[in-house]
Amino acid sequence: MTTWQFLLLALVAIAALGWVFRAVGQSVTGNAPFYRDMPYGVAFGYVLAVAAILGSVWLYLQEGAVFFRWAVQGLIGFSVAAYLFRLLGQSVGPEAMRKLFRQMPLTASFGILVIIIYAILSIFAGPISPLFIAGLGIAAVVLVEISRRSSTTEGHQVVVMIALLTMALFIIMFFVGPLAPHGQEEVFPRANIVPGGDVALGGDPEFPLGTDQIGRDILSRLIYGAQNTVGIAFATTCLAFFLGGTFGFLAATLGGWLDQILSRSVDVLMAIPALIFALLLMTIASVWAPRLGIPLTFFMVIIIAVIDSTRVFRLARAVGTQIVVMDYIEAAKLRGEGLPYLIFREILPNATAPLLAEFGLRFCFVFLTIASLSFLGLGIQPPLADWGTMVKDLSQFINFAQFAPNIAAAPLLAAGAIALLTVAVNFVVDWMLHRTSGLKE
Amino acid sequence: MKSVGGIILQRLALGLLTLFVVSIVIFVAVNLLPGDFAEAILGQGATPEAVASIRRDLGLDQSPITRYFQWLGGAVTGDLGNSFAQANFASFAGTETGSGLGSVATQIAPRFANTMFLAMVTAAIAVPISLILGVLAALYRNSAFDRATNIFTLSSISSPEFFLAYILILFLAVLNPILPSLSNIFDGMSFSERLERTVLPALTLTLIVMAHMMRMTRAAIINLLASPYIEMARLKGIGPMRVIVRHALPNALAPIINVVALNLAYLITGVVVVEVVFVYPGIGQLFVDSVKIRDIPVVQACCLIFAAAYILLNLTADILSILSNPRLRHPK
Amino acid sequence: MTKSKDLLLKIRDLEIEGRSDETWMPIINGASFDLHKGEVLGLIGESGAGKSTIGLAAMGFTRDGVRISGGSVEFDGINLVTASAAQKRALLGKRIAYVAQSAAASFNPAHKIIDQHTEAPVQHGVQGRKDSESDAIELYRRLRLPNPEEIGFRYPHQVSGGQLQRAMTAMAMSCRPDLIIFDEPTTALDVTTQIEVLAAIRDIVEQFDTAAIYITHDLAVVAQMADRIKVLLKGDEVEEADTATMLSAPKEDYTKSLWAVRSFERPKKAAPAADAVPIVRVKNIDAAYGTVPVLFDVSFDIHAGRTVAVVGESGSGKSTAARCITGLLPPTKGVIEFEGVEMPLDYRKRTKDQLRQAQMIYQMADTALNPRKTIGEIIGRPVEFYGGLKGQKKRARVEELLHEIEMEPSQYIDRLPSELSGGQKQRIGIARALAAEPRFIICDEVTSALDQLVAEGILRLLAKLQDELGLSYMFITHDLATVRAIADEVVVMKDGRVVEQGPKAEMFMPPHHAYTDLLLSSVPEMDPDWLTNLLDARGVDNIGDAAVDKM
Repeated sequence: MTTWQFLLLALVAIAALGWVFRAVGQSVTGNAPFYRDMPYGVAFGYVLAVAAILGSVWLYLQEGAVFFRWAVQGLIGFSVAAYLFRLLGQSVGPEAMRKLFRQMPLTASFGILVIIIYAILSIFAGPISPLFIAGLGIAAVVLVEISRRSSTTEGHQVVVMIALLTMALFIIMFFVGPLAPHGQEEVFPRANIVPGGDVALGGDPEFPLGTDQIGRDILSRLIYGAQNTVGIAFATTCLAFFLGGTFGFLAATLGGWLDQILSRSVDVLMAIPALIFALLLMTIASVWAPRLGIPLTFFMVIIIAVIDSTRVFRLARAVGTQIVVMDYIEAAKLRGEGLPYLIFREILPNATAPLLAEFGLRFCFVFLTIASLSFLGLGIQPPLADWGTMVKDLSQFINFAQFAPNIAAAPLLAAGAIALLTVAVNFVVDWMLHRTSGLKE
Repeated sequence: MKSVGGIILQRLALGLLTLFVVSIVIFVAVNLLPGDFAEAILGQGATPEAVASIRRDLGLDQSPITRYFQWLGGAVTGDLGNSFAQANFASFAGTETGSGLGSVATQIAPRFANTMFLAMVTAAIAVPISLILGVLAALYRNSAFDRATNIFTLSSISSPEFFLAYILILFLAVLNPILPSLSNIFDGMSFSERLERTVLPALTLTLIVMAHMMRMTRAAIINLLASPYIEMARLKGIGPMRVIVRHALPNALAPIINVVALNLAYLITGVVVVEVVFVYPGIGQLFVDSVKIRDIPVVQACCLIFAAAYILLNLTADILSILSNPRLRHPK
Repeated sequence: MTKSKDLLLKIRDLEIEGRSDETWMPIINGASFDLHKGEVLGLIGESGAGKSTIGLAAMGFTRDGVRISGGSVEFDGINLVTASAAQKRALLGKRIAYVAQSAAASFNPAHKIIDQHTEAPVQHGVQGRKDSESDAIELYRRLRLPNPEEIGFRYPHQVSGGQLQRAMTAMAMSCRPDLIIFDEPTTALDVTTQIEVLAAIRDIVEQFDTAAIYITHDLAVVAQMADRIKVLLKGDEVEEADTATMLSAPKEDYTKSLWAVRSFERPKKAAPAADAVPIVRVKNIDAAYGTVPVLFDVSFDIHAGRTVAVVGESGSGKSTAARCITGLLPPTKGVIEFEGVEMPLDYRKRTKDQLRQAQMIYQMADTALNPRKTIGEIIGRPVEFYGGLKGQKKRARVEELLHEIEMEPSQYIDRLPSELSGGQKQRIGIARALAAEPRFIICDEVTSALDQLVAEGILRLLAKLQDELGLSYMFITHDLATVRAIADEVVVMKDGRVVEQGPKAEMFMPPHHAYTDLLLSSVPEMDPDWLTNLLDARGVDNIGDAAVDKM
């Protein structure tokens, strides 16, 4: 009970200090408006914040607070990286991009940095075939040609730059080789190697993050996990957007009975919680999959895409109907324009901002759903490396945290890898939404 | 203009209709299973007699429409049919099926109570805290406090449930053994003991739901504070407390009720993973276990219960926000 | 009114800044004025002039993202810029009151009107609740609200806009303040309703000898209300004088140009030949939204090279008539002829050439131009679609059109609509209509969202184009000054029916249909005595909603 007494005492002390802080502020500054009009609650808040910071510093200096120290170090490390990244963005590239980086909060630059890192990890986790690079090169040339004809000179420059950078990156990475040191399915004779690479503690420098119960390299599986988990989630989101977006815009533009039928069906599908519905359908799919010889993961992609497309449908329809009532759409209709022109040239360009933000949010949602399914053992199936499954397999090591923090860190790393990406995407989306709503004001 | 009673009746009817259609969807989905349940559960080595016996026991020899209405009729009267796992066991053991032991209802009932307990503890912690923090963030928007809570809530929304759960286990159960990391609850436990074991899963759920609730409350209040009648109240020289209590709160009620109900509905999804992590004997864990062993009647029943709770909460939100809207309460 | 009374409000070198894009931009660059007890000051200026900002600053209040950066606001010896929050609260509502532009949004929907009325007196300790309530009823009576005993006990959404505006004036009066700020109180109202509110406000301000700042963009309105007028332009003071001087002898060019707006009028045209085939003939059309009928037996003709103004208040069906002509809302009955040929009623059944003949210009240029397309693309599309021009030829035609609307092609062709001002956007809307090379253009309230000077420019442009290209216009408007300026024929609509139609000269000359008469007489004129004379002539019960109800 002493803990509670201590906490209570601290709170009372903070309350008193808050009052003192305001009174001192008022008398020292000669009743400056800042202190004069300060409500007591605000003064309390200031003191509470100072107390929290002091408490964190004290905790950081404690001997046993290994995890807390890691967390703080990670936070500071990422903040510095995000700051440097923003600085980089402000000083290179075309003016439009620099301006974007100048207005960017640290959280958004952190988000973009993390997304780039994940993208690189997931693309270059395994070996790349030269054929792929050749195909990419052709695609880049076509894109550059298209942009030369259709967009402004500045837009064209950006496209050229991105194409060049991408090609350079791919060619460099081709020679560097795969990022993962080992294959994702490779089983090594020594299982349960302790992370940290310290031989004295049961580690092995060749496996910096150790191996799991059956002897697979955890680092390699983490890197391949990026490819599998992120890649599958991305594909699923794209599919969901294709379905939901198409039907949503059709419903908004055509209206009438098509809109009624689609909207009512979506209402019913949305009345069942997404994860529950996904689990139900996965049960059925798990019986079908072996019979048809199609991997269960494929079914999962379809199921989650369909369930998620209902949410996309709602948004696309709402955005669509908002745009359809605009006078410029009426003007285009009265001109005699056809449906494809209306959707692709008049409506879509105005819907990109909300759709892009929604894409980020949907991706997070899909990603988390897949991770949850995998964690429950019903998602991405072995031997594919996947973060959700890794968390489940390694979870009991958490109980060793007291004696061997290194061992306990492995499952948290996999779970943290999931969290880091969704946090990053959410930060970027939040900033995007803030920006678009800010422009309206 | 319709009366409030009329609108509410209409919503109720719509809710019931939705539930009915959802039950059809669930039933049809389950009937998409290839071949026969009986074969599916007994596997390849099943003798024809065993298959036939299970088919008869489960009524699988009847037409789908008959079976649907039998199932629905049963569900309404609380009889959710027999669990396959139990039936399976019974037929192997040679005992009579259909006794109380094998019924889905007896399996679900205690676990449903546990889940409700968990949800209520979570709501009791999350609702007051998030409403207060949400209002504070809205009042002091763009301050350091607002930004810090924004980052914190965004992070906690984005994290998967199991990540938050393991972090809490790490700090509160393993490193500082304050709370038990496993939530095995059984009958005859004292209330305080039960509560102690529920705290960690409830805290995990709180973190997830609270973030949503706070952000939505904040948005609703900021939206409200920008309205001309709040400016008018300030220009009448009304004090800040009274502006909030008298002018903002009555209008904030509808959005806040909405926020709470929506997030309680969101709890339903979150509960599944959290119960698995903490081995909490609730309906979520039962659901996942049944999914793994393909115990179709239990899966079906759980699905229906989750959907019903979800629809009910959304309906409640809808009706309460109608009731709190003066434009509807006092028609022209 | 004597000027020797006590000084009430003294504003000196007031500077206000607003936050935009991470920097503070000036909104007001040093405004100074005095206001004496019982005096009414009119603040006028176009949108963005900063009139509302000054009005709020006179109460020591700034909106979010706005701050007072310099100068002083002294109310009865108290500097509101440096006063504490509590000090200001004690003044607001009690000695300084505010009447907002939109009464519907400024009343709290959750409380009854009278509860909001009594709040300030009770909170400031001026009056008890019961006294304040009976006082409210008395004020409602003086403001000539219907059912004064009962109206306060309704919720705001149960009361009409004009009545709410008067109830808000009563609420401002509840503590008998020394100063009331009226922030565009009649802008959102129809003309016939506006006059009622104006009469009520003037009446009560005079009765209680309250000082007031009256903010508006409408010169004729401010002429009725103010003792002195101050003109603002983009945050700068232009000039200040008493109302009579200001109206008769303005000093600055800007003020003169504001005054001159109303003098624009096109020369009268000869009547069309009796046997001429009209460009558009609307014959006995009925229309309905779903099952709700909105138009009843509407007929009128529009002849080549002429402008027909369709006039009426909101809800009179004038825009619906336009939707019927364009085919967006096919009439349930009747015929629409184009140069003597009957047109399919649904636009989807019309040929490309029929669609080309009738073009439309919209009220809100913001929603009429696709924000993601450049000016060149917006104007170029109809050029390409109808004319089949591509590449260099298309660009040349677009440049030609930009010249016609008096905008420099090289400067604007690659810009987005968001980079243009309201008047420029409206010009692009005109160019888009011209690009189809039509015979007939529907102009739907094209000037009502614009400031007067800009609106006049648009009207002159439309007149010029009509003379050059022989266009016919159907000009939908609620503003009779616009009608006077541009119309050849006038059609007056009310509740979905045509109540009167004929050449402009006849319409502005008695005898009128009773409704036309009411509309015409309700338009404020620049004469400061206009309202007084009108009230004398017609009596308080024969204006506004009361008069409409009698019809």
